[in-house]
Amino acid sequence: MTVADVLLLALGAVAVGSGALVVTSSHLVRSGLYLVVSLGAIAGLYLVLGAELVAWVQILVYVGAVVVLLLFAVMLTRAPIGPSPDLDRPALPAVLIGGGAGLGLAALFADAFRWAEYPQVEPGTAERVGEQIFGAWVLPFEVLSILLLSALVGAIVLSRPDIGARAGEPEA
Amino acid sequence: MDLVVRVLAVMAGFLVLPLVVGQVEHKVMAHMQGRVGPMYAGAFHGWAQLIADGVKFVQKEDITPKDADRTVFQLAPIVALFPYLIVIMTIPLGPGLVGASLDIGLFLVLAVLGIGVVAVLMSAWSSANKYSLLGGVRGAAQLLGYELPLVLSAASVAMAAGTLSLPGIVEAWQPWWLIWQAPAALVFFVAGLAEIRRPPFDMPIADSELVFGYMTEYSGLRFAFFLLAEYVGIVVIAALTTVLFLGGWHGPYEQQLGWLWTLLKIFALAFVIIWLRVTYPRMREDQLQRFCWLILVPVSLGQLVLTVAVKSLV
Repeated sequence: MTVADVLLLALGAVAVGSGALVVTSSHLVRSGLYLVVSLGAIAGLYLVLGAELVAWVQILVYVGAVVVLLLFAVMLTRAPIGPSPDLDRPALPAVLIGGGAGLGLAALFADAFRWAEYPQVEPGTAERVGEQIFGAWVLPFEVLSILLLSALVGAIVLSRPDIGARAGEPEA
Repeated sequence: MDLVVRVLAVMAGFLVLPLVVGQVEHKVMAHMQGRVGPMYAGAFHGWAQLIADGVKFVQKEDITPKDADRTVFQLAPIVALFPYLIVIMTIPLGPGLVGASLDIGLFLVLAVLGIGVVAVLMSAWSSANKYSLLGGVRGAAQLLGYELPLVLSAASVAMAAGTLSLPGIVEAWQPWWLIWQAPAALVFFVAGLAEIRRPPFDMPIADSELVFGYMTEYSGLRFAFFLLAEYVGIVVIAALTTVLFLGGWHGPYEQQLGWLWTLLKIFALAFVIIWLRVTYPRMREDQLQRFCWLILVPVSLGQLVLTVAVKSLV
């Protein structure tokens, strides 16, 4: 086992452990904070694998923005300190589905890749990722950007009831 | 050995520079307001005032409110301080004089600065105080909004230099960029001010209406951590503006004196940050959001277009 292997295992354990805490904790906001830890550990995994850019994008987008928006929304509505047992759902079906999918995927990957050895790939530097995105993958990239733009416009229209309202109609 | 020296140097800078800025703030504010400021600690013009403050903070009782979420409450100041330590590590002082030279240092800096929001929300929510929570929600809205112009204006200079490495950007920098990148520099500096919640963007703290915002319930060493984070924040924003827009170590005899030029530029900008605090009244929450979305974001988008246009001509 190399240092990288040990780091991968440790970060993986942190990611899975805090991921489990996200769904089992009955403290609403703490769940969100565990999500920060989990996503941060995944960024650490990327870093160990040499994909620096992806790692920092993970931090910038998920830790710095997505989880923060989630926490922000929770705090605007209802964020009690301490456990909220009334928010719990029966856990058994979730355990079955989540655990089953996880174990199934793990078994599948282990079976598919166990004996194969791959040459070390080049690390995903900013330059290489940029070349790939704006060279080979430019069309999907642009299509995605249009999708995101339309989602953005949709969000604005939905949140502004005065847009498209007929004259005389009361604003919601 | 090399690594140890680098880590020690970064730690020393991390501990000393903010204190110097803090002391300068005391004195500069005092003189701008026609008073003398600290005069007794350390005998000569109160130079040891912040050290005395530190001793005072250590002696104070460390209070956690009864209804607070203890763990989150106690972790928040560390989460607030930690990102700045990483950022300081990547800032180049002179040619080859940098804690950790990274290929995509700029990206790291922007990503790590974003973690600060988590600390604001953690401290705000876990204090079990409505003023704290209000301050925290304001803070989160402000930080999320101003991150956009910050990233866009930094992207402009990265495009101009053709690299994401901070030393690389300084190397590529030329004096005429001062004009070409001027809008981006202004947007970056102003958005940076808002990111560290300095006046006139201190709505999340707003001591006349929210007591002290998300820091209301903190005392002793943990409060000192928040204060230190604010001063490190000044250093970091001044240093980033210097490195990205003001040419970092460029100046006469830059091979030998580069570090001096960088430090001088950083302190000049830190002085401007303090000056702004004394000059401008606090912006109201709605003015603050309008300013971000209707002025800073369009300007930084326009700068991106300008950067591409000029870059393709040159």
